[in-house]
Amino acid sequence: MTDWLEKHVPKLVLMPSLVAIFVFVYGFIGWTAYVSFTRSRLLPKYDLVGAIQYEKLATSPRWEVALTNLAIFGILFILFATVIGLILAIMLDQKIRTEGPLRTIYLYPMALSFIVTGTAWKWILNPGLGIESVFRDLGFENFTFDWLVNPDLAIYTVVIAGVWQSSGFVMALFLAGLRSVDGEIIRAAMVDGVSTPRIYMSIIIPSMAPIFLSSFIVLSHLAIKSFDLVVALTGGGPGYSTDLPATFMYAMAFSRGDIGQAASSATVMMMIVTAIVIPYLYSELRSRHD
Amino acid sequence: MKNSLLLTSALALGLASTTANAEPQAEVLHWWTSGGEAAAVKVLMEDFTANGGTWTDMPVAGGGGDAAMTALRARVLSGNAPTAVQLVGPSIQEWFEEGALANINDLAQEEDWDNLLPQPIQYHLKCDGNYCAAPVNIHRVDWIWGNSNILNDAGIEPPKTWAEFNAAAEKLQGMGILPLAHGGQAWQDATLFEAVVVGLGGPEFYKRALVDLDMDALKSDQMVEVFDQMRTLRGYVDDNFSGRDWNLATAMVINGEAAFQIMGDWAKGEFIAAGKEPGKDFTCSSPSNGAYLYNVDSFAFFNVDGEDRQAGQKLLASLTMGKNFQKVFNLNKGSIPARMDVSMDEFDSCGVQSKQDLGAAIEHNALLPSFAHGMAMRGAQAGAVTDVVTAHFNSDMSSEEAVAQLAQAVAASQ
Repeated sequence: MTDWLEKHVPKLVLMPSLVAIFVFVYGFIGWTAYVSFTRSRLLPKYDLVGAIQYEKLATSPRWEVALTNLAIFGILFILFATVIGLILAIMLDQKIRTEGPLRTIYLYPMALSFIVTGTAWKWILNPGLGIESVFRDLGFENFTFDWLVNPDLAIYTVVIAGVWQSSGFVMALFLAGLRSVDGEIIRAAMVDGVSTPRIYMSIIIPSMAPIFLSSFIVLSHLAIKSFDLVVALTGGGPGYSTDLPATFMYAMAFSRGDIGQAASSATVMMMIVTAIVIPYLYSELRSRHD
Repeated sequence: MKNSLLLTSALALGLASTTANAEPQAEVLHWWTSGGEAAAVKVLMEDFTANGGTWTDMPVAGGGGDAAMTALRARVLSGNAPTAVQLVGPSIQEWFEEGALANINDLAQEEDWDNLLPQPIQYHLKCDGNYCAAPVNIHRVDWIWGNSNILNDAGIEPPKTWAEFNAAAEKLQGMGILPLAHGGQAWQDATLFEAVVVGLGGPEFYKRALVDLDMDALKSDQMVEVFDQMRTLRGYVDDNFSGRDWNLATAMVINGEAAFQIMGDWAKGEFIAAGKEPGKDFTCSSPSNGAYLYNVDSFAFFNVDGEDRQAGQKLLASLTMGKNFQKVFNLNKGSIPARMDVSMDEFDSCGVQSKQDLGAAIEHNALLPSFAHGMAMRGAQAGAVTDVVTAHFNSDMSSEEAVAQLAQAVAASQ
């Protein structure tokens, strides 16, 4: 009896959560995909009409802007957060005295919600209140930094705020990784007379490949889900120039009562995520088998 | 008020005699949560309770109704709709098509609503010919609010056409004064747009373009001129306008930082709250050449079970159309009563002018639903048009390109 219990109790305990996830996450993902093939407007309808919502999406200028912004924001955000996080981690790794407080300071922005970050940066980047006005008051009459109100450049302000928020987190990940590199290899390299930058480039950074991968996964999912940052920072931007798929989906579903478009844009978002996650899972499972 | 009181008492007695205990109950979903609006709703609440009803308030703040609409959708889908909901324009008919609205036509006929309400707005409140909603007010959207001091110093009269506005703005720019305080949010750009459409094109053009969504009107040269004027207006706003809230733009006019704001009559509430007097400290004029763009707030009545709640709906409908509520609510909100026989004695000069313009517009067939505030088209289409308008206003898109995108967006959203 106890043997049977020992074998099966863990499974029974996990069962409710698994069922809940299956129904509420995967089940409703399926529901959303189903609704994206209907003509739903205010309330969901269930008569399939083919891919008209996707056709509408493909010809919508606003969706095109949203996808372009996702690419720009995603790539720049991940790139800069990783590089800045890595540089900060390497600099903190130099066994300086104030490592503890500095680490906290850099990690602190992660504790803020994206709404707070967005609002603070909105004020900082506002031409009349923030950086531009400070420099002008200092006497630089021609200084301009009005990216926030420029439809072509506003998306880059979202990158700035996002990178500021997340590079501390990436730094913490890398710092842990740096500390776990085997000291013996480094001492051997130093004995051989290898310079410190070279040690970093050829030994330490390559050995942190798994951490690059983890930070990429975390950052990319933050980028795809970005909603509150855009809403707080630009409200969708001058016009709709900082729209992202998440804000597009919200506008369609809740402000416009166009559930069909919302469902199709949500499904496209999910396919983007899947395209990133599936190869990662595949490589993980394959290395398990080795 | 006495008539409707007798009527509702009779109704309540009538209902009571057929059922055991029909105490009117109403659960009311709305988003009138700001100071003046909440005070105005309280009037109705007190009226309702004084007439023996039980009012369950369901205020859902924010987003111009987004959060409230989400809550409404959840309630309707779960089969437990609220008794009455604050709804505007075509969304009433959209909900009717989903089969969610009740019919209060009996009450409406008894109280003679067809003769108490302006004829052109009645269709908003009817579902398939039967009344299904009670109107609360009539907002006018196409107002130009001006700072009297600035205008007097510059020797400018409150503009009555777009040509006059442009001339005034040029003069003000020459004097170094900011002509137009504007908030760069999509719905505010849309408010500007519709005032230009009706001001330049006239009521017929507005109706064909923004109500009937006629392709010829949308692709016409007149529409190109409209976008040209939008580009001109863009030159009259300051660099910081992006994302500014409407009441901050009003504050700019109140403080003398800008001369004009183009906004609906809820802006008047800001002026009054700042202690300003119409005529003395601020001016109100319309660039629409006799046309009147309206926005009617209303309570729509949903299909509910139970004698209590149906009695509650009838009582609420009756009180909403009552003279007392119509007067007090609109004094607080800045709009004018939907019911035509309410005395305007206690209203300020801009309210009185609004009422006069309403009468004139009805006579000339120039009373038109506002597209920017959800009266002229359904949400998806209004959103598509707003997208084009705000993209054009915030970029250097050419007017021809904007017209092409407008036609395409409307076609795609049908």
